Amino acid sequence: MKSSVITFPGSNCDRDMDVALKKFGFKNKMVWHDDAELPKSDLVVLPGGFSYGDYLRCGSMASKSKIMKSVINFANSGGMVMGICNGFQILVESGLVPGVLLRNKYLEFICKNVFLKINNKKNTYFKNINNDVLEFHIAHNEGNYFCTKDQLKEIEDNEQIAINYCNKEGKIENQFNPNGSIKNIAGIFNKEKNVLGMMPHPERMIDPYLSGEDGSLFFNNLINNIK
Amino acid sequence: MKVSVIITLKKDVLDPQGKIIHQTLDGMGFNDVNEVRQGKYFEIDTKENDQKKAKDKVEEMCKKLLANLVIENYKIIDAQ
Repeated sequence: MKSSVITFPGSNCDRDMDVALKKFGFKNKMVWHDDAELPKSDLVVLPGGFSYGDYLRCGSMASKSKIMKSVINFANSGGMVMGICNGFQILVESGLVPGVLLRNKYLEFICKNVFLKINNKKNTYFKNINNDVLEFHIAHNEGNYFCTKDQLKEIEDNEQIAINYCNKEGKIENQFNPNGSIKNIAGIFNKEKNVLGMMPHPERMIDPYLSGEDGSLFFNNLINNIK
Repeated sequence: MKVSVIITLKKDVLDPQGKIIHQTLDGMGFNDVNEVRQGKYFEIDTKENDQKKAKDKVEEMCKKLLANLVIENYKIIDAQ
C-alpha cells in the first residue's frame, strides 16, 4: 500500500506520520508542498504542524499551495485523504470537509490525551475496528469545530461525524469537550467518507513504552481495510 | 490604488479573544463597554487604477482567501 505525506513549510508532524505509516506496512513518500504532482497513492496524509506560521487563518495558506490542487482532484475522484490537526485545518480551508476550526474556547493551547468515541464505522477508516473508544493525543490552539446550523444538519443527516470527544466509557458530554467544539466533534468526513479530518494525533500513539497503542490499532486496521 | 478591507466575525460566532479584551478593559476601569469583537484590517496596494475594477478584484480576494465566509464577513471600506 502506498501513501504520501505532504510537507508544508511549518509542518512538524510529517516525520512522525512517516514513521507510523511505515511501521504498519505503508510504502510512504514525503511530498513537498510546491510539487505539482502527487505520486501514485492509496492514502494521502496532511500532517500536523503550523503551516505558514498559522498566518491569516490556520491552514488557509497551505490550502492554496501547488500540491493541494492535485490533492483536491485526488479526493474528488474518491482517493483517501486524511488530515490530522493542522492537516484538518487545511482540509476545512480547502473545502474538502465542511466547517471551520476556531480558537479554543478558553484560549489555551491544549496538549493532552483524550478519549474519542467512534461515531461511524461504515467507512474505510474505522471499519472492523473492535473498540468503540480510542485514546489519542491532542495538541492544538485552534481545534474548536464550528459550522452553521444548516451545515450541522447536513453533517448529521449524512453521518459525517467521525469521532467525538468523550470519557473513557464513551460518554459524550460537555465536560469532556476540551476546546468548545460543536457537539464534541473531534473529526469529520466528507459526504463520501473518503476524506477524514481530525484534531487528534493517532501517529503519537504507536509505542507501548512512550504513549499508548490505540494509534497502532488504528493504522493496522486502516492498512487492512485499504488492501 | 489602495483598497482597504475589514474582516469581522459573524454575529453568531464566538470570539474568545474579544471576550478577554473586554474583560481586560473592564479591569482597567473602562466599565461602560458592552462587547468587544476582534477583526482584521487589510490594505491592498494594487496596480489597478480603475476603482470599480480594483474593488471587484479585492472582493474576489476576500471570497477566495482573505475571509472564511463560514464565520467571517468582509467589507471594502475605502479605495483610492
